[in-house]
Amino acid sequence: MKIYEEAKHQYYQYHTRRHFLKSCTTGLGAIALGSLFGCNTGSANDVEKAIQTMTGAGAHFAPRAKRVIYLHMAGAPSQLELFDYKPTLNQLNGKPCPPSLLEGKRFAFISGVPDMLGHQAEFQQHGESGAWISDRLPHFSTMADEVCFLKAMHTDEFNHAPAQLLLYSGSPRLGRPSMGSWVTYGLGSMNDNLPGYVVMVSGGKTPSAGKSVWGSGFLPSVYQGVQCRSEGDPVLYVSDPKGMSRDLRKQSIDAINRINRKEYEEFQDPEILTRVSQYEMAFKMQLSVPEAMDISKEPEYIHELYGTEPGRSSFANNCLLARRLAERGVRFIQLFQWGWDSHGAGKNEALNLGFKERCKEVDQPMTALLKDLKQRGLLEDTLVVWGGEFGRTPMQENRNGVAVPFSGRDHQTEAFTVWMAGGGIKSGISFGETDEIGYAGIKDRVHVHDLQATILHNLGLNHEKLTYHFQGRDFRLTDQFGRVVKEILA
Amino acid sequence: MSFRNILLPVLVIGLIGSLSFWQCRSTSATISYNQHIRPIFNAKCLACHGGVRKSGGFSLLFEEEAFAATESGKAAIVPGQHGKSELFRRLTHQDPELRMPLDGQHLTEEEIDLIARWIDEGAKWEEHWAYIPPQPIAIPQSGADWKKNDIDPFVFRKLQALELEPAPEADRSALLRRVSLDLTGLPPTPEAVDAFLTDDSPDAYEKLVDSLLASPHFGEHWAAMWLDLARYADSKGYEKDPYRNIWRYRDWVIGAFNRDLPFDEFTIEQLAGDMLPDPDRDQLIATAFHRNTMTNTEGGTDDEEFRVAAVIDRLNTTYEVWQATTMSCVQCHSHPYDPIRHEAFYESYDYFNQSQDGDLDNEMPRLATFPRVEAERVREIIGFIQDLGPSQTIDTSADLETQIRQALFPELLPTQADDFENVSFNNNGVVSNWIYNLKSIAGKRFRFMFEQVDLDQLEQIRFRYQSQGNDAWIELRIDEPEGRLLAKQQFTANANVNGEWGGDLLVPVEAGSGKHDLYFEIINTTNKAPDGMVRISEIELQYAEAAVADPQLQAYRKELREIQTQRVDYTPVMKPKVTAMERQTKLFDRGNWMVQTTPLEGGVPRVMLQGEEMPANRLAFARWLVSEDNPLTARVIVNRFWARIFGRGLIETLEDFGTQSDPPTHPELLDHLALRFMQEHGWSVKSLLREIVTSATYRQSSKANAQKLELDPDNRWLSRGPRFRLTAEQIRDQALAVSGLLNDSIGGRSVMPPQPEGVWQIVYSGEQWRTSSDSMRHRRGLYTYWKRTTPYPSMIAFDSPSREFCVSRRIRTNTPLQALVTLNDPAFLEAAQALAQRMREAGGQDLEAAIRAGYKRALGQEADAETVAILRDLHLRAQSEMDGPTARARTIAFTEDPNEIELTDPMAVVANAILNLDGFLTKQ
Repeated sequence: MKIYEEAKHQYYQYHTRRHFLKSCTTGLGAIALGSLFGCNTGSANDVEKAIQTMTGAGAHFAPRAKRVIYLHMAGAPSQLELFDYKPTLNQLNGKPCPPSLLEGKRFAFISGVPDMLGHQAEFQQHGESGAWISDRLPHFSTMADEVCFLKAMHTDEFNHAPAQLLLYSGSPRLGRPSMGSWVTYGLGSMNDNLPGYVVMVSGGKTPSAGKSVWGSGFLPSVYQGVQCRSEGDPVLYVSDPKGMSRDLRKQSIDAINRINRKEYEEFQDPEILTRVSQYEMAFKMQLSVPEAMDISKEPEYIHELYGTEPGRSSFANNCLLARRLAERGVRFIQLFQWGWDSHGAGKNEALNLGFKERCKEVDQPMTALLKDLKQRGLLEDTLVVWGGEFGRTPMQENRNGVAVPFSGRDHQTEAFTVWMAGGGIKSGISFGETDEIGYAGIKDRVHVHDLQATILHNLGLNHEKLTYHFQGRDFRLTDQFGRVVKEILA
Repeated sequence: MSFRNILLPVLVIGLIGSLSFWQCRSTSATISYNQHIRPIFNAKCLACHGGVRKSGGFSLLFEEEAFAATESGKAAIVPGQHGKSELFRRLTHQDPELRMPLDGQHLTEEEIDLIARWIDEGAKWEEHWAYIPPQPIAIPQSGADWKKNDIDPFVFRKLQALELEPAPEADRSALLRRVSLDLTGLPPTPEAVDAFLTDDSPDAYEKLVDSLLASPHFGEHWAAMWLDLARYADSKGYEKDPYRNIWRYRDWVIGAFNRDLPFDEFTIEQLAGDMLPDPDRDQLIATAFHRNTMTNTEGGTDDEEFRVAAVIDRLNTTYEVWQATTMSCVQCHSHPYDPIRHEAFYESYDYFNQSQDGDLDNEMPRLATFPRVEAERVREIIGFIQDLGPSQTIDTSADLETQIRQALFPELLPTQADDFENVSFNNNGVVSNWIYNLKSIAGKRFRFMFEQVDLDQLEQIRFRYQSQGNDAWIELRIDEPEGRLLAKQQFTANANVNGEWGGDLLVPVEAGSGKHDLYFEIINTTNKAPDGMVRISEIELQYAEAAVADPQLQAYRKELREIQTQRVDYTPVMKPKVTAMERQTKLFDRGNWMVQTTPLEGGVPRVMLQGEEMPANRLAFARWLVSEDNPLTARVIVNRFWARIFGRGLIETLEDFGTQSDPPTHPELLDHLALRFMQEHGWSVKSLLREIVTSATYRQSSKANAQKLELDPDNRWLSRGPRFRLTAEQIRDQALAVSGLLNDSIGGRSVMPPQPEGVWQIVYSGEQWRTSSDSMRHRRGLYTYWKRTTPYPSMIAFDSPSREFCVSRRIRTNTPLQALVTLNDPAFLEAAQALAQRMREAGGQDLEAAIRAGYKRALGQEADAETVAILRDLHLRAQSEMDGPTARARTIAFTEDPNEIELTDPMAVVANAILNLDGFLTKQ
């Protein structure tokens, strides 16, 4: 895109809805299939103003990453079986938690003196950085020097849905825009033919908080995540019926939108403009989505790298698709893999059974994604984030006082591990420390609001200035909190 | 409290940021806890001094706790003396280690000042408004010229305060379409449009409203809303998610709305119809409301675990639907923000804990519906049996299930057991349930019982059974579970030969007399499974001097058994446990069902209770919900109906009226409507809706202008008529209706309209999506087969929930995926083809007339010249692409594959465009 066009585009993206509407009202009706908003008829003055805004206000700075791929392990994987190695915990395995470690600590669920549960995996140091990674992730352990571990992550919410909402919308309650929505609201898409924000789900279920974790809240609904399938039609009903040529479809959407714009002039309802833009997007998606989502033409070595099987629904396929979407300029790509809630109450949620399977399902593909991004030069400006919504306790979950056949851990808000890689992040470092049993962070703690601030920062957005005025005040992703974790920035 | 002392709330809103608009800035007025202080405590204090944590022994959740001694031994609040109040001192302390809040932002000077003044004025506590029953409110005098009914002055007063004007009344065609969609979910027919537009009587609109309220489609539309709350689905949920036969409940909801069953009765029948005296079939089917909880049919799962999950869901759903209270917060600890204690959860749990269902695969208890042929045959056989001789007492006025039971006597049909615990039932018998309960077999009883069995001359009981080991015994007791032992005998291992079950166990019983309850318990002496597992297929009471049954009678009984167990349509319903088998409810330690502690009786949260007396059981609880004493129900329900009409509630959070909810935009109006709903309307939903849609507020045009967009961007102050996208069901129904395809029959089983291949992901099941034939594929959206794990794609695209849990609000979105549905989903293409046919019929050779007719059918109003020109151009483009446009016959082609539709008709391209217009997808 030419700089002039891009500046214009950015201008509309940066501005609040009210400004957008004011600048749009003059030009409606004239445009067929135009920009995201169909209102790029601004005068030269508008564009000048846009460029001034971009450079003058100082609200933005050079981004270190252009896009985000967020790999979310829904259900919250145990950091104690993957990254947070605590020899003391192994020594304490099966023993009651020593009072000295419990003193002054507040527990969410566990009462009295619980039994400790040692690591249900073997740990080794990897790479030059010497990062501890367990044998659950043999592929990923080769990438130790490419990533940055945040080992003292913490959150406020101990149930899945509210914790996922807090992580993605900054608030545990429904109704706030999700991170991807904020990012596309701030930066727009880099591809007019694909949604700026794509979500893919694997593991058979959507995350506990449902589609609210990719909803747009009070932001205009154009900014919400679009869910794509890696099996069957990538997006349902993306093909036109027989007899309807591409050109005729264009004519028909053009007719629909012209009439809708007339209606906007009459009713002044901004939702009508959203609908106009969504029909434009739908038309573009009809071509671009099937192309982007078709992994069958990827070379064999790529399939081997990721462990992909075209036509199936899997985390592996979604990882490869994430790379393809990243290449095509999708701004925010979010993958949810379900099944990490390892309480130990059943086989599928046991650390020694289901959890192992989950690790196998993600280990190779997420490693492949990092390697593949790197070999294409995309890792430099792509921020990859991996993690769950909270962590798990160093104590064995013990629901009825009787030993259960499966090992499991309860939800833990005070410590979990997230790793980041790529655009603007130091590689081969570990930031933050937990105590000797991995119960709580004791050094360099990072709250989920801090993580949000850091992600926005790397995209060139100031989390305190990316705001939207709603119900009488400015809202932002990080609410009233958030600190950019400068220590991990490259 | 009342709402009268809220001064100029509107003007304040823009200024106060995160604080609620209840907060009044005036410095002279008395400080009110609810208006000034609670928002501060909620935002900055309760996280540490609330229901989850009581740091320092100090909590602000309950009045008695706020003023009680803290860990230091002193009370934190000393009414009248802020200087002596530790609360105040900690807010202003110089030492950051002591200054509150510890980690969060300090209170502003203004907030601290308010708290000081509140303490000095006596620190008067107030309950949250929602827990105080609504009080009668004088109708404001404002807006007399504009008002149509008493809703309007409340709205007008707010508009005035904002310096806004109401919008002019919508034009008649817009109003007709709006009110038709709002009351019936369907657009007006062209005939209805003409009739209304030509009716110039002064009460034409009111007559229209009454006719819509009387339409049988009224019930369908409102059922669609209610089914989200009831989490209605045609499948059982969880991993396997197999079919559930519960559509009769949907029919009941449709019927209840149509006959305007008063909402209090509507409530009682759904929550406790089974406990009403002599409930009729309808009242039993109503109780399927709470049988819409999920059932886990996966092998190896513990039925008790998922029974508990279902009971918890019933409790949470009930409190969400009727009380807008987030009871689930209290499952593990006292409520973080609302004054509800942890125990209250399990006290209410007890009401729902006393129903018989127990996560069984076949969903017992159930209500049988005999298909017509089977019903006739049963009556015929009963007649034959009566003709055979006087030995059989059959009450032919009873329901067929009872008649069969009497006709089978002295055989007891296991699946007709009157109560049961930890056993499951196959079609042909009862199974001890050890295999599924292995993990926790200890402490579990495996039993079932029959009421009022005649013991006179009873000599022995014959069990036809199958057992793989010698570990199981049967015990028989009378009158109560621990009553007198009649017999005890061991099951010996036997084989399953040629598919026939093993053999008979003859159990002699001690002589008895009269009718008694008979308790059967299967004892596993080793607690081993599956060796200990026993199946019992037949139970026959053998009496002395009983005539040997006639072979003909035996044949009739066999047929009756077969009809009863295999050819009957069962709906899961609620059924109270017999008193002697009621469960003891206990507190779950931190919400963990496997650690149960203090025994509890039924009860409701104190804060919602007026008076002292707790409801005694589920029926009393249901009656309490809809008593005028209940502060929440009427407000919550009125708000739900209001939200469906206006697009947002008077309280936006339909699901939460607690202290963390947004305050109502029009609190006095909410209370006024709640009181009217109970008192003047007698809980009549139709009367309530009539009042809403005949108000001047409702009749406003939905056109906005710059001022309205500036001051009332999302129309919360009702400065114009409602304008928002239709629901998933409405969008489908409307396309079918305007194209003339709609099959508008009411009620019945769910149907399967066309759906793309591969959408259903079926595990462990041969279930398939079988596209319904002919007009059955054109039924209204609410009849579409609803599989929880794989909902119908076009419904999900337009924001319908998956119905695993109660959903109060569908969050409306606007996405390109929705555009693809209405552009390309075969259901919408078929509608476009059919509409094209209608257009041609109406317009003949006149293309523009055809376009105008199509537009009018779809949008209920005339197209303007520019619109016609745009669509005419589209037609010409389409015509130039599709060869032989006039020569070829235009028929609606149903291809073999329901997902393959070919467009050959330029007019269908135009119709497809019309069915995608914003004005078509939107109520305005």
